[in-house]
Amino acid sequence: MPKAALAEALGSPSGFGQSQFAFMRGHAFEARVKADGGTELLRLTHACLGGGPEPEPGAASVPDLTAAGPAGRTARTELALEEASATGTWTLLDHPMLALDVAGTPAFLEPDAVVVAPDGTWTVVEIKSFPMIDGAADAAKVGAAARQAAVYVLALEEVARRLDPAPEVRHRALLVCPKDFSNLPTASAVDVRKQLAVTRRQLSRLTRVEDIAATLPPGTTFDVTRPAAELAAAVDAVPATYAPECLAACELAFHCRDRARAAGELTSLGRSLRADLGTLATIDEALAAARGEAGDADDPAVAALRRAGALRAEALAGGVRCP
Amino acid sequence: MSLIDNLARLDAATTGRAQPRATVRHRHLSERPLVFVPLITAGETGAPLGALIGTERTSPLLLTVAQPRDRDLRFAFLSRLAEILLPYVESYADDVEAAERTEADPETGKRVKVEVELCADAPQLIVPSRAGIEFVRLLGRSMRFRRTAEQDPDAPYPAPPRVPLLGRWLTHYGERSRVPGSSLLLAMTDLLSRHWATGQSSLEEQHLGALLAWIEAPEGTSGADAALRAELARDADGQLLCPPAGPATDPAFDNQLLAPAIERHDRARTALAAAADGVEADALLAALGAAEREIDALVASRTRPTWDAVWRGLDALCTLPEAPSAVDRWRGDRWSFTGHRDRVAAGEPPQPRVDDAVTAANKLATREREQARLDAQEALDDPLVMAGRRLAGEAFAGEVTDVVMAYSEGRSPRPRPLVTVRTPDRPQLDEGVKAYRSLAGKPQSFQFVAHAPDGGLVLRLLDKMGRGKEPEPGSVPEVGDRLCWTLFEHEQRGGPRLPDPEDTPWTHGGPPRTEPAATPVGERPDPVTPEDIL
Repeated sequence: MPKAALAEALGSPSGFGQSQFAFMRGHAFEARVKADGGTELLRLTHACLGGGPEPEPGAASVPDLTAAGPAGRTARTELALEEASATGTWTLLDHPMLALDVAGTPAFLEPDAVVVAPDGTWTVVEIKSFPMIDGAADAAKVGAAARQAAVYVLALEEVARRLDPAPEVRHRALLVCPKDFSNLPTASAVDVRKQLAVTRRQLSRLTRVEDIAATLPPGTTFDVTRPAAELAAAVDAVPATYAPECLAACELAFHCRDRARAAGELTSLGRSLRADLGTLATIDEALAAARGEAGDADDPAVAALRRAGALRAEALAGGVRCP
Repeated sequence: MSLIDNLARLDAATTGRAQPRATVRHRHLSERPLVFVPLITAGETGAPLGALIGTERTSPLLLTVAQPRDRDLRFAFLSRLAEILLPYVESYADDVEAAERTEADPETGKRVKVEVELCADAPQLIVPSRAGIEFVRLLGRSMRFRRTAEQDPDAPYPAPPRVPLLGRWLTHYGERSRVPGSSLLLAMTDLLSRHWATGQSSLEEQHLGALLAWIEAPEGTSGADAALRAELARDADGQLLCPPAGPATDPAFDNQLLAPAIERHDRARTALAAAADGVEADALLAALGAAEREIDALVASRTRPTWDAVWRGLDALCTLPEAPSAVDRWRGDRWSFTGHRDRVAAGEPPQPRVDDAVTAANKLATREREQARLDAQEALDDPLVMAGRRLAGEAFAGEVTDVVMAYSEGRSPRPRPLVTVRTPDRPQLDEGVKAYRSLAGKPQSFQFVAHAPDGGLVLRLLDKMGRGKEPEPGSVPEVGDRLCWTLFEHEQRGGPRLPDPEDTPWTHGGPPRTEPAATPVGERPDPVTPEDIL
């Protein structure tokens, strides 16, 4: 479902977009890393993770992965992986296609690269254009890259399980970034075991798409040519809990935020604030409890809120100064 | 965020107007701050695109890089930045006052007082957002290891003079900004959200325009609506009415306006380079000038709203009286500035890429101590912050209901009066726990004895009563006094001193290696390639 178009039709466009400068730079850097049959990329992989004898420049095989449609490319990738594992040489899979079951529907994923080492291990490679300065990169961006790599590792493990003997998928992904302020690539192995466990758990807990679809009224459609009011009703039929973190991840976040704010949901002010207030879920409820007009005084959250309200009022009225 | 701050946020959300989180201004603001509004090129490791900079609200200086990928143009930008920033910094270096500092005597090892210089004031740098602080650090890192033609005639792509020095200053400012409560380099969004709570999440408060809209909303209007407009409203061409405070730009601006302008500039440059004769070159030079002015205008149009917003933010902050302790912390900033001035003057090498173990441990200890000091001072300066500490059980306020004279045991009994306090607060007290109140600016210690039968707290007064057998007048609380005690100490003691670098144990990296004096590892310049982007 094209969520960006849907958000546009709902009247809350997402505001996501990529600058062409960043796009060009990202592509130029990736091309540079993969140039010459992946010589530089394989050298970095070997330096960071080992995996067999040192790759000789130009000797690695780079199989052609083109095929019709995502399903065809997935099948082609599987075949290439199987062949590569059997040969015992360095192999670079450039933009392979993997499939992962998400909530009952297959999602197609395209990692930047997967390297098969002579010892038969598979490594996910993420090529990013943010810099690694003095060996350290922006923590938030590395975290996002690690989460992304973990999903690819999961999908690769699905493929590996179908082979006999099943090859090992490394739980350390290779992150390739520009070094300092130059265009030269440098790499670091990122341990993604934690992200793997988190993603596995989240995937296993996702409500299946069919189950969500079954709860929707018949005839619900997200066809973006429908009028906004009808679309809004359709979107609201799908339960969603907005939190400010959504703004960075989801095209529909502004729509959900408008809804959450209109309903006075506490989560729209931040998850930690919501967590502090126990059973109170809306702003009006919380303020009424603070003023003593509602809420159970024995509820610790309500009692704390009342004390906080009284102390704040006292302080704003002049208060007791310490000196 | 304490519950009191959360409550302020809830209030703001329902009233549509920002609510105070502080009753005084907890950061020192210079009388002549330097405001710096930088922009970067997307995806290019912080390659500068332009900046507005200056100390005069009405006349900022505009710097632009017409083609961010061109090293010469970037160096020209950095060179002009140095021409503006360094004189500003240096204008504070010569106005000094005498101060005392305890130092270990090099011969005897005893701690002695020495007379040193302390700069009377320090330059203050203000950027719009936290990302701006990161950019200042990045600029500092990219410049401080550069070599000028004078330092190293063989260096490829020598940096303009003074650029490495600017890098060292920006690094110092970036490093200092990590010390809690410091004010040498401040982000306007941090300043505003420290003093006001808005009805949006802290994530959304990173948007300077939206944050300011909440705070500035005139009586009877909704700050929430104004903030939403600041965040999302676009003109007919799809450009944001309130451009992001940067340094990153809006992708729509990059793609629709900036990229075509840069392309026109590139074409004009190529044409000029290929000009056949002088007459043709003159016309092409004019075309190049026009292309440059177009980019200037674009950069100005994106930075000027942010520039104005920063100054309006300063206006808003100046409506609050400065907290008494902010001056005290500013003195720490002045020490920091003076220290770096002296290191530069002494010809010390630039700050290393990675701190050694002793420096890192010292920095960490300083930050921890300053955080504790900031927490204590903010609470003592501001009843609203103190209310949060009282709610958390770390302080209590109440009325003195009884004072009984008592004396300590021993050969010469000392006065130890017992004070009973009635308080609605619920401090986390246990027998023997100490509490402090402020007496003429100095902390006076009490010790919790027991709960009184009527629910009050019995405290034993321990000090600040003079030398006599009878306490000095005014040093003991009297019945009816309304006072406030804290369970945390008012002044932070530093931890034990770390060993000297020469005595560092091997577990912590050992004593500094005696490198061949020529090029210690930390000083080697970055390797440069023809395609560098900063």
